[in-house]
Amino acid sequence: MTVTTARPTPATDPTGERPTVAVRHVLARIGRYTFLCAVLGFFALPLLWLATAPFDDTPTVTASLPQFTLDNFRTLLDNPYALSSLLNSVYLAGGTAALVVTFAALAAYALSRVRVPGRDALLYGLLLLSSIVTGTATMVPLFELAFRLNLIDSRLGVILILSGGLLPAAIFILKDFMDSTPTSYEESARVFGASPLQIMRHIVVPVVRPGLATVGVWAVANVWGNFLVPFLLLRGPDKAPAAVIMYTLYTEGGQADLRLLSTFSLLYSLPVALMFVFVSSRYGFRFHGGIKR
Amino acid sequence: MAQATSPPDEMVEGARPVTGASPAPDAAGLGRARATGFLVPAMVLILVFLVVPAVWTIYLGVTNYRLTGLAAANPEIVGLDNYTEALGDERFRTSLLLTLQFVLGSAVIGQAGLGFAIAFALRDRRGPLRRVVEGFVLLSWILPSSVVAFLWIALLDRDAGTLNALLGIPGMAWLLDYPMLSIIIFNTWRGTAFSMMLYAAALENVPRSHLETARLAGASTWQQLRDVVFPRIRGHVLTNLLLISLWTFNDFAPFLITAGGPEQRSEILPVYVYKVALSGGELGFGAAISFIMLLINLVIALVYLRLLGRRKESA
Repeated sequence: MTVTTARPTPATDPTGERPTVAVRHVLARIGRYTFLCAVLGFFALPLLWLATAPFDDTPTVTASLPQFTLDNFRTLLDNPYALSSLLNSVYLAGGTAALVVTFAALAAYALSRVRVPGRDALLYGLLLLSSIVTGTATMVPLFELAFRLNLIDSRLGVILILSGGLLPAAIFILKDFMDSTPTSYEESARVFGASPLQIMRHIVVPVVRPGLATVGVWAVANVWGNFLVPFLLLRGPDKAPAAVIMYTLYTEGGQADLRLLSTFSLLYSLPVALMFVFVSSRYGFRFHGGIKR
Repeated sequence: MAQATSPPDEMVEGARPVTGASPAPDAAGLGRARATGFLVPAMVLILVFLVVPAVWTIYLGVTNYRLTGLAAANPEIVGLDNYTEALGDERFRTSLLLTLQFVLGSAVIGQAGLGFAIAFALRDRRGPLRRVVEGFVLLSWILPSSVVAFLWIALLDRDAGTLNALLGIPGMAWLLDYPMLSIIIFNTWRGTAFSMMLYAAALENVPRSHLETARLAGASTWQQLRDVVFPRIRGHVLTNLLLISLWTFNDFAPFLITAGGPEQRSEILPVYVYKVALSGGELGFGAAISFIMLLINLVIALVYLRLLGRRKESA
């Protein structure tokens, strides 16, 4: 008797609970979409201006539907520093990337294949150093150093300083790549009498090419956006890269020329954006498993 | 390992056993001398432009070195004067406090919090919505900082800013009235991508079945996070917090928006060092502040590496 009377109660419980679970589920869904819409709005809002102003007949700082025109891009040609600063950026980024890839590849190869004494301590020290010694914490000695080495107002100085900063991490990334490639090709090439440099050029470089590309792209992206180092070291606007020219365009007195500013920021942003699209479509831009940096 | 000590010539070639599994078999016959040669160019650059500045900071920090004037020609050792002066300086202490706010607000709460929330909201989604959200977040991360800084200046402009137009409150001077809040939100916007990607990868390690079970058992989202998700990604959370704190602590980008102003109300340490040392010319004093920054960086980095080492061992 007691059993049968007891039965209906547990049976009603789930039926009474199911709607609340379902309701909660729906609410959670609504909440999630609201949140994602808010996130989208937050991240898209500042970008609106970059997307509209360059094509607007009369750009203001307010983002609005543009009166479409391409005339604004002509103002770039009129400014003496706009295009040359982009070239300066190419020069700095290209120079640094070339230096970083070459030197890091050599160092990573040596560290991966030969037991250099104190290797582990060296790698640990490098990683530690590269994360604590930053441009902002060492701007005084960097300025001093550039001054003493006659590297003030020299693009080579900027390239060398940026390379020094990027190399430890680049060596790290590349050593991982090289460690995971088998040594059997190198061994057989050696049996046929290839010299170490030949092996390096004809076997190692092709095999680790994805790693070299990764480091190259990473270095270019780093230098392209870097403001502090060229801002500290380069005096005149003729050598300044786009990062610095962009800043002077909107801080140097008077009314900022919004046509110039908008088209310039778009042109300056485009290369990294395209590079990013290329990399992410080719290799997939996300982390897999263990994250190191 | 003993092989590495053998001379780099052909004579050993035949004698060398095939030891593909050994950690450093020197398959290319590089030899130690040539390997060192390969290392030299990179090491020279690192030594000159990373090690020397770090050491030099320590030296400059105990001098009264200035950009101009008498102390520029003959800097004198003043011991710890710069440090005692800094600690007694109202402006330095305010700057340190502002930096703390900046790191806590924009890195720990902003980037890590928002980054996790986005990754969690997108965890089981594929397709266009995910790609669009991730695309915008990543775009804000990769665009050059001086461009992004101007975008925010335009957005927050007092008279014609898009934000005031949207909110219908023209005349609201965000950058003047809330400079610190402005750069905190700016840095959140700019840096969330890293945390989002890191947590997206971490959440893939949480078995779907566990979450499903917890959900069916009636656990609320908060309970699922606390009992199922968090215990599994604790390592990632720590890694993320340490890295973004380190980067935010050294971030110079706020200079591009507020330049530390108005009235030094957004003067975080990197901006403070720049203004004191390079604009103000007090190189010695600036170097002392830099050294304090280096020490803080060192502590964060050591904790991070310790953590990394432990995770590698357990893996």
